[in-house]
Amino acid sequence: MYVAVKGGERAIENAHAWLAEERRGNTDIAELSIAQIREQLSLAVNRVMAEGSLYDPDLAALAIKQARGDLIEAIFLIRAYRTTLPRFGASEPIDTGIMACDRRISATFKDLPGGQVLGPTFDYTHRLLDFKLAADGEVPKAPSRDAETGTVPHVTEFLNREGLIEEAPYDDAPPPDLTREPLEMPSTRALRLQALTRADEGFTLGLAYSTQRGYGRNHAFVGELRIGSVPVEIDIPELGFPVEIGEVILTECETVNQFTGSKTEPPQFTRGYGLVFGQTERKAISMALVDRALRWEELGEDNVGAPAQDAEFVLYHADNIQATGFLEHIKLPHYVDFQSELELVRKLRREAGAQQLQEAAE
Amino acid sequence: MKDTVSENNPRKAWMGLLAKAPEGRVAALLDAEISRPAFTWLRAPEIGSTMVRARSGATGAPFNLGEMTITRCALTLETGEVGHSYIQGRSKADAEVAALVDALMQTAMAVRLREAVLEPLEAGMANVKAARAAKAAATKVDFFTMTRGED
Repeated sequence: MYVAVKGGERAIENAHAWLAEERRGNTDIAELSIAQIREQLSLAVNRVMAEGSLYDPDLAALAIKQARGDLIEAIFLIRAYRTTLPRFGASEPIDTGIMACDRRISATFKDLPGGQVLGPTFDYTHRLLDFKLAADGEVPKAPSRDAETGTVPHVTEFLNREGLIEEAPYDDAPPPDLTREPLEMPSTRALRLQALTRADEGFTLGLAYSTQRGYGRNHAFVGELRIGSVPVEIDIPELGFPVEIGEVILTECETVNQFTGSKTEPPQFTRGYGLVFGQTERKAISMALVDRALRWEELGEDNVGAPAQDAEFVLYHADNIQATGFLEHIKLPHYVDFQSELELVRKLRREAGAQQLQEAAE
Repeated sequence: MKDTVSENNPRKAWMGLLAKAPEGRVAALLDAEISRPAFTWLRAPEIGSTMVRARSGATGAPFNLGEMTITRCALTLETGEVGHSYIQGRSKADAEVAALVDALMQTAMAVRLREAVLEPLEAGMANVKAARAAKAAATKVDFFTMTRGED
């Protein structure tokens, strides 16, 4: 039962005023600009765009500033803003094969066309705090080298040529959209991929890790990981032809997983797929592992009861805005609910007390 | 009325170029060359989103990856040419100037604007891309064999 009460307005207003002051912090310290956040905290910006499910670095930077660096709060702000935008259609499916790669590595082939390009990675750093960053310092210019022109082929293409890996056959069915229709089970892979790409990074990482530790193991190798920019094209109804409207930076991970085969098909590698807005490598790899685990039924594997195989469990708990909304609502006033619980427990205690007295008397 | 395919290609190319230009760059190039002609709005700039689609396994069935912000507008010059723009982000000023250049590229100004706006824009963007590709190339691993075990 809900009972409306009044009286919190002034406290709320004052709390928000104090929040604004605390957000600003010590005014002797220079204020952060949106551009500074966008340029210098770009991986936080990328996470907010990916899980906010809206590609706009400036908005994500603003959300991070407003949320005082609480990324889930920032994602919440982006999701809320997103709902206010009219939607001008959907893009043509992007082609990650023409990605201008900043990074492109394969853990399965050492020498591959296009090579192993490390890009601006944390890998191979020693994870020692760099106190030079605490002082204002000039950054040395990154070295350059002549680049090959042309696109970088996908690793799965070479395996495909030998028939060693399952194909991802071309299809043009319009995909379901969980921002328009409620998420329902059983889910299609297209719906799962949409849910996973905007899923909480920590939850997705934990599930992916669980598959590596044996809860629905699928023996994943990173066949390829690539990060770079891809053009986005939409069909312009007034003109009758598609036009590029911009570019997005994406991280794509294709895993090569252990075999499946049948009486009619010889054994071949299977695949998991991760694709996420921004430079979001941990999330993309996690997504690919979870995508692969969720494909157990389609690939004729046993359901071993692992959490990562349970589409309903994964998809209904992966969204951090849904989760935090439900979790955090329990801190809001529940005075009346709690009053009834109090009365119930008092009544039970009275009854138990009366029974004890009676037993003692007997 | 829909344009024919043969006419589409150059227009598609310049619209894509204008859409991907850095913020304020088209305006700077255009205003340095001409004073802007009068126009009327067919559709004033409006901010919205588009759902970006991708393919599972890069080549398979499409899925919805997430949205991106876009701004669109349409205008008519006094001489009747219609300019459209659909550009990434939320800059109404950039959408306006992109639609204006799209319209002007259909007039006798086309040659002049190609030289003064499109070509420098394309060159500038190609330089930025090349610089990035060159940095990536410098991080390419050159493997060499240290020792090879024979057992």
